[in-house]
Amino acid sequence: MKVKIKVNGQLIIDDVKDDMLLLDFLRKHGFYSVKRGCETSNCGLCTVWMDEKPILSCSMLVLRAEGHQITTLEGIQNEAEEFAYFMAHEGAEQCGFCSPGLIMNVLAMTKELKNPTTDEINRYLAGNLCRCTGYMGQLRAIKKYLNRNGVTDDEIHQ
Amino acid sequence: MLKIQKYTRVKNLDEAYTILNKNRNNMIIGGMMWLKMSHRLIPEAIDLSDLNLNSIEEKENEFQIGCMCTLRQLEVHQSLNQLCQNMIRDALCDIVGVQFRNMATIGGSLFSRFGFSDILTALLALDCDVILYHQGRISLEEFTRLPYEKDILTHICIKKKNYRGVFLCVRKSATDLSVLNMAMTKNNQYYRIVIGARPQKAKCMTVSQNLSHNEIIERVKLNMPCQSNMRSSQEYREKLEEALLLKAFKKLEDE
Repeated sequence: MKVKIKVNGQLIIDDVKDDMLLLDFLRKHGFYSVKRGCETSNCGLCTVWMDEKPILSCSMLVLRAEGHQITTLEGIQNEAEEFAYFMAHEGAEQCGFCSPGLIMNVLAMTKELKNPTTDEINRYLAGNLCRCTGYMGQLRAIKKYLNRNGVTDDEIHQ
Repeated sequence: MLKIQKYTRVKNLDEAYTILNKNRNNMIIGGMMWLKMSHRLIPEAIDLSDLNLNSIEEKENEFQIGCMCTLRQLEVHQSLNQLCQNMIRDALCDIVGVQFRNMATIGGSLFSRFGFSDILTALLALDCDVILYHQGRISLEEFTRLPYEKDILTHICIKKKNYRGVFLCVRKSATDLSVLNMAMTKNNQYYRIVIGARPQKAKCMTVSQNLSHNEIIERVKLNMPCQSNMRSSQEYREKLEEALLLKAFKKLEDE
């Protein structure tokens, strides 16, 4: 079946199988930040945004995503870099495999929650698993990112 | 592995119902979260996404929730949660992660009547009806007792009442399925108690407030027996049942 889908603002037209998953579609088209993890909707590695809301691309049919705006990490490089600076400074990236999914969800959280408490952060990010168990570093990075006044753009992008 | 031969976004419910009954293996796909993990072949998967069934409407006497509303929509809906003292939010907030709840639909969750369902337990404690395309409007409690039939759950209606309620559950780890879940609401004379993940699907009973807590616990144990499965033994569930009931009584009395 033919599908027309907008990924990071770019229209992609392709012929796909009816049961093709969004994850496979995105990777086929070069969006390699989207990782294949558990494939049981539990780990959050394949997180992308659909109309600005975080979803799991491993559980979404690509045909169902037609007509919606899909955003991957490649589409929000500047915001992602800013948060990645804090992750690197807290030693929170470790093996890095869960980072793209985590960054997508952290950035979605900042749009949805204002001044979240530690409990709210933990709850919002409960669907992002880290196989290195680097949760404390991630939490430090998130808190510093949320209170980032004083860190210049030059420092972040250097 | 799930295989879908044909995917159809229907234009109306009549078309959906016709396709659904054309082949016994045709299915409505809700959020597709649990369905995706099953091993089956679906000749034709029916998607209701284009039917505007994804909103929560507040009416004079009830909230009418479209079947394609996501669990997250219910979780963050302020007036719906105010109605039941955040019982719905409490029942949803531990289900996997935000991304999962942004996809899983209320229609899919309820139609499947999963034994482990947290939201079914919470809604059973409220005065709730479901609207089925073919069978019409029936109470949620009656719906849970019906066999699985080829029908389409289009709406969930939560009647506006002065609910005082609590939802409690026990999980081995955050975001895991509940070992046992429980919802309780209280009016002037009665407690409405629902126990789910027993591991069978949730069941409810109404008991008078004139009974002592111990008498109520005994009645609950008798009418809603627990069993063993890989998640927990029957004995452990029975102990939890008692503890959750006592905790719920205390919480409702403290308010």
